Amino acid sequence: MDENASARLARRALTVAHRVGLFLAMLLICLPGIWIVLSSLRPTVEIMAKPPVWIPQELSFDAYVAMFSGIGKGGIPVLDYFRNSLIISVTSTVIAVAIGMAGGYAFARYRFRGKSGMFLGLMLTRTVPGIAMSLPLFFVYARLGIIDTHFGMILAYVALNIPFTIWLIDGFFRQVPKDLAEAAQIDGCTRWQAFWQVEFPLARPGIASAAIFAFLTCWNEFALASQLTRSVNSKTLPVGLLDYTAEFTIDWRGMCALAVVMIIPALTLTYIVQKHLVGGLTSGAVKG
Amino acid sequence: MATVSLKKLTKRYGNMEIVHGIDLDIADREFIALVGPSGCGKSTTLRMIAGLEDISGGNIDIGGRVVNDLPPRSRNISMVFQSYALYPHMTVRENLGFSLKIAGAAKDDMDRRVAEASAILGLDDLLERRPSQLSGGQRQRVAMGRAIVRDPDVFLFDEPLSNLDAKLRTQMRTEIKKLHAKVNSTVIYVTHDQVEAMTLADRIVIMRSGHIEQVGTPDEVFSRPATRFVAGFIGSPPMNLHEATVSDGRLVFSGGDSLPLPGQFKSKTAAGDKVVFGIRPDDFYPTGHGLSSGGETEVHRVDLPVSITEPLGNETLVFAEFNGADWISRMLNPRPLKAGDRIGMSFDLSRAHLFSAETGKSLRS
Repeated sequence: MDENASARLARRALTVAHRVGLFLAMLLICLPGIWIVLSSLRPTVEIMAKPPVWIPQELSFDAYVAMFSGIGKGGIPVLDYFRNSLIISVTSTVIAVAIGMAGGYAFARYRFRGKSGMFLGLMLTRTVPGIAMSLPLFFVYARLGIIDTHFGMILAYVALNIPFTIWLIDGFFRQVPKDLAEAAQIDGCTRWQAFWQVEFPLARPGIASAAIFAFLTCWNEFALASQLTRSVNSKTLPVGLLDYTAEFTIDWRGMCALAVVMIIPALTLTYIVQKHLVGGLTSGAVKG
Repeated sequence: MATVSLKKLTKRYGNMEIVHGIDLDIADREFIALVGPSGCGKSTTLRMIAGLEDISGGNIDIGGRVVNDLPPRSRNISMVFQSYALYPHMTVRENLGFSLKIAGAAKDDMDRRVAEASAILGLDDLLERRPSQLSGGQRQRVAMGRAIVRDPDVFLFDEPLSNLDAKLRTQMRTEIKKLHAKVNSTVIYVTHDQVEAMTLADRIVIMRSGHIEQVGTPDEVFSRPATRFVAGFIGSPPMNLHEATVSDGRLVFSGGDSLPLPGQFKSKTAAGDKVVFGIRPDDFYPTGHGLSSGGETEVHRVDLPVSITEPLGNETLVFAEFNGADWISRMLNPRPLKAGDRIGMSFDLSRAHLFSAETGKSLRS
C-alpha cells in the first residue's frame, strides 16, 4: 500500500471514530431527557425495576390523562401552575432584559465614577446561592404581605436575573464598534435613534441569549419558589412537581409527565429564539 | 459648501490639555490636510469639528454659523472613518441611503441620490451586498458614497486609507482627488502619512503636541519649513538634520567636521550660535548625480566614504559618512557603489536650512 492510500484510510478511520465518539457523548447528554420521557409513559414497577428496564414493555398516556383530570382523580391544577409559570417568567424576563439593556449599554459605553466597583458588586450578588436568600426573603415578604403573589415572585426573579443580563448584554454592546453609533449620529441620528437603528440590531443576538437564559432561570427555579408560593395563586410548575409526593410514596410517573409538560415550552422557545443567536453579525463593520 | 474657521480651539481631558487653542481658517472648497505624528491632536480636532467631542474652549464656525454646541446631525457635515464604520446589518444600498431615510426623504428622491453616488464611485454591482461581502477598497468606496449622498457642507476624512494595502492606497488616493474635483466641497483630511497630505491637499496643516507648527501649500512646507519639526516630518527620505555651532563663517559639527556657513544665513547668525543644519537628500548628492543641472550657486564638494546604499531602480539612496554620522543622499542616474567606496559628494548650500537649536524655528526669513 502506498503512503497516500494509507493516509486516506487513516483519515477515514478517524472520521468514523470521531462520529462514534460524538454519538456516545450525545447519548450520554440526552439520556436523562429520554429517561424522563420514557418514565412518564410506563408504570412505576418498571421505573423502579432493578436492573433497569431499557426497552419499555408497555406504553400508556395514563399519567398525562390523569394530570389533566381534576382534583381527586389523581390530577393536579396543572393549567393554573402553567399560567403562573408563564406570567411570572415572561414578565420578569421582559423587565430583566429591559434593565439589562440599559445597564449593559451604560457599562459598555460610558465612563463614570465607581463603575468597576458597581460592576463587581453586581457580579458578587451572584455568588450568594438562591436558597440562602430564601429565609430572609420569606421574612421580608411576609411583612410586606406579598407571599404567594405573582408580584412577589416577579420581583425576586428580576433581582435574580439583572446581574446576569447586564453582564451578558454589556459584553455584546462592547463588540459593537463605537464608530458605528458615531457614524449614525453624523448621518443625522439622535443618540436615541443611533441606538435603536444601529447598536440594538447588532447586539440582538446577545439580548436574545440573555432573554433565553433569564426565561429558563425563572421557568426552572425551585428553591425560592417553593418558599414564597403557597397555593394555586402563584405556585409555578417546578413547585407543582411536589404535588406528586405523598407522605410515603412518590408518583414518579406523574412527576415525569409534568416534567415533560414543563420542558416542551422551554424547548420550543429556545428553538424559536435560536435563529437570533447567530453571532458574527458585526463582521465587516470595521476594517477587514 | 462652506468655510470652516477655528478660533482658539481647545480640548482638555481633566487637567490634561490635548489641543492648545489652535486657530485655522479654511476657505470654501479647499482641501486641507491635518498631518502629524500620532497623539498630536489632529484626530481630536477633526472630531471636535464633527461634534463627536465636546470642545473645552474656543469657537468652531462652519459656513458662518457657530456650531460649538450643536450635535453632529445639525452641522451638515459628513465623515469617513478610518474603520469605515459601515452598518453591517444593512446592504450597501441601505448604508448609502441611511442618512436620507433618517431625514425622511421621499423614496424616489432617495433612489435617485443613491444611484448618483453609486455611479460616481462605481458601486452599482455591489448595491445588494452586505459590508462583510466587500473587499477593503470596496468598503472604503461605500464609506465615501455614504458621505457624498448627504451632500454636506464639509467632508471630514479620518485617516481613511490607513487600513488599505500600499497599492490600493495609491489607487484610492487618486479616487479621493477625483472625487474632490467632482463634488467640489470643503474637505478636512486627517492623516499621519505625509505623502497623502502632499499629494491631496491644497494646504497642509502640520500639528505637533496639540499645536499647529505650520500651515502652507505642499510646496511651502516642503521648501520653506518653518520649524525643525516640519523639516524632519515632511519629505521622504527625511531631511538630514545635524546640530552645529557657528564659528568664523563656518558651521562646526560636534565631531569636528565643518561646512561653510550658507551665504543667506550670514547676517542672521553670530559666532557661537547653536543651530541645526538641515539639507534634503536631493540637495546633497554624489557629484554629477544631482537634481540641479548647473544652476547651483553655492556648492561645497567633499570626498566621503559610502556606508550603505539602497538601490530603488531609478535612483539610489546613498548613506555617506560625514562627521561620524550617516547622511542620506539621493543619487540620480545611479551607478553601482559599494560600502567603503569614497565618492565625491556635493552640498548645495543655497538650498540648505538653518534652525535655531533653542527654539527650532527657521532662521530663513
